Amino acid sequence: MHELSLAESMVSELKEYIEREKVNKVFSVTVQMGYFSGVEKEPFEFAYPIVTEGTKLEGSKLIVEELAGIVLCSDCNKKTQLDIPLIQCGSCSSRNVTFTQGKEFLIKSMEIE
Amino acid sequence: MCLDCGCQEGNEKKFFHTHDHNGHTHPHTDGHDHSHEHTHDNANSRMVKLEQNILAKNDEFAEKNRKFLKEKGIITVNLISSPGSGKTTLLEKTLERFKGKVNCSVIVGDQSTDNDAKRLEDKCDNVHQIETHSSCHINAEQVSDVLSKVINDDTQILFIENVGNLICPAAFELGEDFKIALLSTTEGEDKPIKYPVLFSDARIAILTKTDLIPYLDWDLKKCRQYMRQINPGMFIFELSAKTGEGMDAWINYLETLIV
Repeated sequence: MHELSLAESMVSELKEYIEREKVNKVFSVTVQMGYFSGVEKEPFEFAYPIVTEGTKLEGSKLIVEELAGIVLCSDCNKKTQLDIPLIQCGSCSSRNVTFTQGKEFLIKSMEIE
Repeated sequence: MCLDCGCQEGNEKKFFHTHDHNGHTHPHTDGHDHSHEHTHDNANSRMVKLEQNILAKNDEFAEKNRKFLKEKGIITVNLISSPGSGKTTLLEKTLERFKGKVNCSVIVGDQSTDNDAKRLEDKCDNVHQIETHSSCHINAEQVSDVLSKVINDDTQILFIENVGNLICPAAFELGEDFKIALLSTTEGEDKPIKYPVLFSDARIAILTKTDLIPYLDWDLKKCRQYMRQINPGMFIFELSAKTGEGMDAWINYLETLIV
């Protein structure tokens, strides 16, 4: 379960921000998780209260925004959402596509006081 | 009611007003869901945008490794598969073929023991085992820590044998030139679509244990189709490290990569 170590790295990044900006309280943290990021929502949510214990993040809410896979087609130039498990253009079925969304694993924002 | 936009608690759309939303303006009665950049629960709170990559620290180490290895002209491959699909056996046979011809180094990751490193030490002078303990993957910092121990001025190829796991190692860049996904014939043809993150990211797939195909209800054609479905440009090798069948193509390919 690499989500636990990922939650730990996220908390250490956030702690740096909290100290630097002298944040009093954290209400929530919003994370963006792409379908192709290799990270699972449930274990990450499970890990969050454990790794935030004893920090200023303790008791804050974790909001996970899941991002679907979106590809740009080099043949018809359209952006379409992937219909997993097919990695192909949703418009012309070409397989000549590149990811424009779905590999993200980002801390999007934090609600603070 | 929210003081900033006037909408109701819980994002209800009763109160008609317009506000900026992802670059366009629309009334709250519009009907489509949207999230707010501000909260309704905590009166004095504010939202700060961070847009920070959670794997940034790992990626920094990976970039440092990549630069170091590139400068030395070393080809680095990251071998990923489920446990028991034949990574170590493939490496044993590959190192045997390269002995005296191509200078190889190996970093091998397992949760526990140095059994794999011991298996490879006879075939190669530069083998280092990383024991990951509770972790299910090797990270870039661990590779960075041992690089100077396994790399020398003559090294041409660095093989990183990751922890046996199809999910987690795919999320961690190590500084490799590319990932190789291994899949053995005893695992089922549909692994590529069951584990699309790895198989869509790996440049190469190696189907191992092809000598067992006659004894299994395993459809090679179907497996190739699944691979192409998830990664159309994927380079596929089919081999048996045990019998040597298909090994020439793999060895020749690696030789073409060496500068």
